[in-house]
Amino acid sequence: MSSIGTGYDLSVSTYSPDGRLFQVEYAAKAAENAGLAIGLKCADGIVLAVEKIVQSKLLVKGANRRIMSLDNHVGMVSSGLLADGRHLAKRAREEAQSYRDQYGAPMTMKALIERVAMYEHAYTCYGSVRPFGISTILAGVDKTGPSLYVVEPSGSYYGYRASAVGKGKQLAKTELEKLDLSSITVKQGVMEVARIAHLVHDDNKDGNFELEMTWIGPETKGFHEHVPSQLLQEAEEAAKRALEEAMEED
Amino acid sequence: MNHDPYVWGRPDDAVYGAYNHAIANASSHGNVQEETSFPKMNSQQPIITGTSVNSIKFKDGVIVAADNMGSYGSLLRFNNIERIFKVGKETVVGVSGDISDFQQIQRLLDELEITEEIYDNDGGHNLRAPNVHEYLTRVLYNRRSKMDPLWNAVVVAGFNDDKTPFLRYVDLLGVTYGLSAICTGFGAHLAIPLLRQLVPDDKDYQNVTEEQAREAIINCMKVLFYRDARSSDKFTLVTLKQGQPPKFEKDLRCENQNWRFAKDLVGYGSTQL
Repeated sequence: MSSIGTGYDLSVSTYSPDGRLFQVEYAAKAAENAGLAIGLKCADGIVLAVEKIVQSKLLVKGANRRIMSLDNHVGMVSSGLLADGRHLAKRAREEAQSYRDQYGAPMTMKALIERVAMYEHAYTCYGSVRPFGISTILAGVDKTGPSLYVVEPSGSYYGYRASAVGKGKQLAKTELEKLDLSSITVKQGVMEVARIAHLVHDDNKDGNFELEMTWIGPETKGFHEHVPSQLLQEAEEAAKRALEEAMEED
Repeated sequence: MNHDPYVWGRPDDAVYGAYNHAIANASSHGNVQEETSFPKMNSQQPIITGTSVNSIKFKDGVIVAADNMGSYGSLLRFNNIERIFKVGKETVVGVSGDISDFQQIQRLLDELEITEEIYDNDGGHNLRAPNVHEYLTRVLYNRRSKMDPLWNAVVVAGFNDDKTPFLRYVDLLGVTYGLSAICTGFGAHLAIPLLRQLVPDDKDYQNVTEEQAREAIINCMKVLFYRDARSSDKFTLVTLKQGQPPKFEKDLRCENQNWRFAKDLVGYGSTQL
């Protein structure tokens, strides 16, 4: 048997001699191998997308939505264990609702991400629990404008202009870096995100996939909504065309 | 100083005399008799109030109107209260009665909208007027059963699942009914007879056009401004039409007012004959 962990990986309440928490690292692994999710902060809003591998032909197309709304103005998508993602969304919704009750105003993204991250962090502190097996993108538009954050199983979080989590996140991030993120609009964002999702996906290896996309922008009046199916279809067709053209050039 | 461990450090009664708890409503420090001598009391009357909400169905929609007055007793205290608001995509709620309770209802319905429409990520709107009305009925009846009512009369307007117009009433007792013309407060006495001329029978709303309904409601607002001392001539009118978002018209005024009848009024503070 290999010597990874060697007794220090049974609980998050035990450090390894070189100061690592193996259970937290394994949780991050669970997140890395699941379908790709992309988040983009634009000049006038945000775009979220997730690649859903079609597990069975019997699944209804367009059903089993993966991107969730936490409040009018906040969207969330996670990559990893689905049930963990839903549990985190439930908690985040409760936080957003209680903030509304107490302060009579929508929760700012900064306050929300702090609460969500602290909640995840608590699951890395006790031997009786396991960390969340998800990397999560939270994006929203509040009184300070658009913002986007990524929370890891460790409970650490970072703000980004664009990010990707899950399988193929490195390649997706490299593509995101090429965009002009300070001036891009959500409409352009939808096209770019669709292109990147199709570029990163390998049909031969991973099978077919469905692209789910949501946004907040001028068209949605500050609400987090699904991208209209017509626009999404246009974006996907343009993405496929661009890929084919690139193939021909090679 | 008193050295009894339970009240250690307080002035000794033997030296200073018993403390007078009536000063500044000081707590009676465990004097159960004094603390419970007054029973718990819930609201006995509304404080800031809004007057009538008037509404009528027409062929393919509903019109709701309410003025912008918030009265403190007979004092016309606020003139900028919007008492009609939207819930979900195609439902409006008009509220008369206590304004702070109305604001509480508004908070509850905002929360309902988020849990039912926003969390549901399979799209489509499922929160329709009948659902909003039933929810409000439960809330208002529950509060009256706790002997702590939300002091309001509420009109819910919107559409049924089959797209037909929906109009229904619920009040602080949890009493509900549906009709083709519904008015609360003073309007229930003065505006209903005017609106009934358009819809003598409940199903007659199918023959009423939007223009007729609108004209009748605007006329009601004027009549109510003449005769209801808690009303104002500035009002909000909302038109709901099938397949369209609710149209809010704010700061409308009662036009063509004619106060000539006033000189013939006797009593009510005018010179007695």
